[in-house]
Amino acid sequence: MKWIQRQKYFLDFTLSSLLRRKGKHLSLLVVYTLIVFLLGSVMLFAGAVRKTAVDVLTDGPEMTVQRIIAGRHDFIPLQYIEPIQKIRGVRTVRPRLWGYHFHPASGANYTLMAAPDFEYGPDQVIVGAGVVRSWSGIAEDRLYLVGFDGRAHLLKIVETLDSGVDLAAADLILMSASTFRDITGVPEGYAADLAVEIRNPRECATIAEKVVRLFPETRPILKSEILRTYAAVFDWRSGYVVVLLAGSVLAFFIFAWDRAVGLSAEERGEIGVLRAVGWDVSDILILKWWEGGVVSLTAFFLGMIGAYFHVFLASAPLFAHALKGWAVLYPELHLYPDPNPYEIGALFFLTVVPFGFVTLIPAWKAAVTDPVSVMR
Amino acid sequence: MAFALRKSDAWLLFLAGCIILLALAANGYSAIHQKKHQQQIMNARRLVGRLGLTDLCLFTEARYTRHWSQADLHAPFQDHPLSLPHFPSESHVRPPIHLKTVSRHEVDSTAKILP
Repeated sequence: MKWIQRQKYFLDFTLSSLLRRKGKHLSLLVVYTLIVFLLGSVMLFAGAVRKTAVDVLTDGPEMTVQRIIAGRHDFIPLQYIEPIQKIRGVRTVRPRLWGYHFHPASGANYTLMAAPDFEYGPDQVIVGAGVVRSWSGIAEDRLYLVGFDGRAHLLKIVETLDSGVDLAAADLILMSASTFRDITGVPEGYAADLAVEIRNPRECATIAEKVVRLFPETRPILKSEILRTYAAVFDWRSGYVVVLLAGSVLAFFIFAWDRAVGLSAEERGEIGVLRAVGWDVSDILILKWWEGGVVSLTAFFLGMIGAYFHVFLASAPLFAHALKGWAVLYPELHLYPDPNPYEIGALFFLTVVPFGFVTLIPAWKAAVTDPVSVMR
Repeated sequence: MAFALRKSDAWLLFLAGCIILLALAANGYSAIHQKKHQQQIMNARRLVGRLGLTDLCLFTEARYTRHWSQADLHAPFQDHPLSLPHFPSESHVRPPIHLKTVSRHEVDSTAKILP
């Protein structure tokens, strides 16, 4: 109890000392909070997207088989289905028909896809919520598309997908296979790629090798590889994140350096007075440790709370422009918190601990000097 | 008698408030929205399974960032011979992992593989 009371006296003294130089410490607190806010927002946003991506894509095909001709993705003949189907361990092989459509009026790219069990008729489509939001000139639930041969197609929207599945399907326009071929010109007997379901996922690599042996111009892509790819989205090595991180870390070091190179004459005078009235060097170090602790802990918690509200309650509006890029169509992100204690701990130790230490060095230098010379 | 809060107590209370708010935000929000979120994830998973989708609709500006996992190292250059990567979303992602690892399913021509 005595120890706690003593620390509380130190804390009282520290807070009074900080409040005496409000302007300086408030600006310090604001900059520090902003750095934590920015780093925390990136961390929480990236963690939530990674988690959602892996959750959503878990039910995707075990393997997709593309055909590559002259280094380009080409349409794959449907005759390839039967030999692949015969490979031991393969459950089903189904052709996927999909492609892109650029709509000049809205300036957006859409993904056209033939749904395997499409229950509506020709020239009827199911669209993602992003299509309705971005397609200019939607009249009476109809989309006007110019096909590969210049013919206009009038497609009736019979269903709109819920915006809750935007992350997977915001830009999708689903239709029957015949409508797809009619619009895109993909000939009968060909598909964009093949989706392969495999009985035992552990056999995927072996089956992929057999597929390449059968058809050397193909490229199998495994679901495990896709999941690993998305598990690394927005990791710290991604370009934009590196820029953000480098900027923030640099700002933090400039700021910590400013603290480390020395104290103001007023602060040195204060240490001199404390030494003159009988304070030990260790007391002064405890005082300065508390000073760093108060600033850094306040900034850390305010920054993290701000980051949390920014990402999960406001859907990260500060990142929206950066993520949209030139795209017109952007999904409505409904992110769900997936706080990673390891990452939060790392952020804490990267921001709070170094700052605590850098405040001690100049204080120690001033405290070990003769009080009279310090006060002069 | 007026009650005066010590500065240290006020700061400690503020800190405790921040920790409680953060914990409530993390767990309370999760608890409130968990059911709705799970439902959305299940809907998205069903759609992914039914259509055989491979990618998230995060970046729609370029085909190789829209279907990021399906792209290859040549994808940015396929639009025209000097089509250097120029879409902002390219700076958010790295090439798909399978392009950089050895698991490109290259065939050992000497090995015998049963059909």
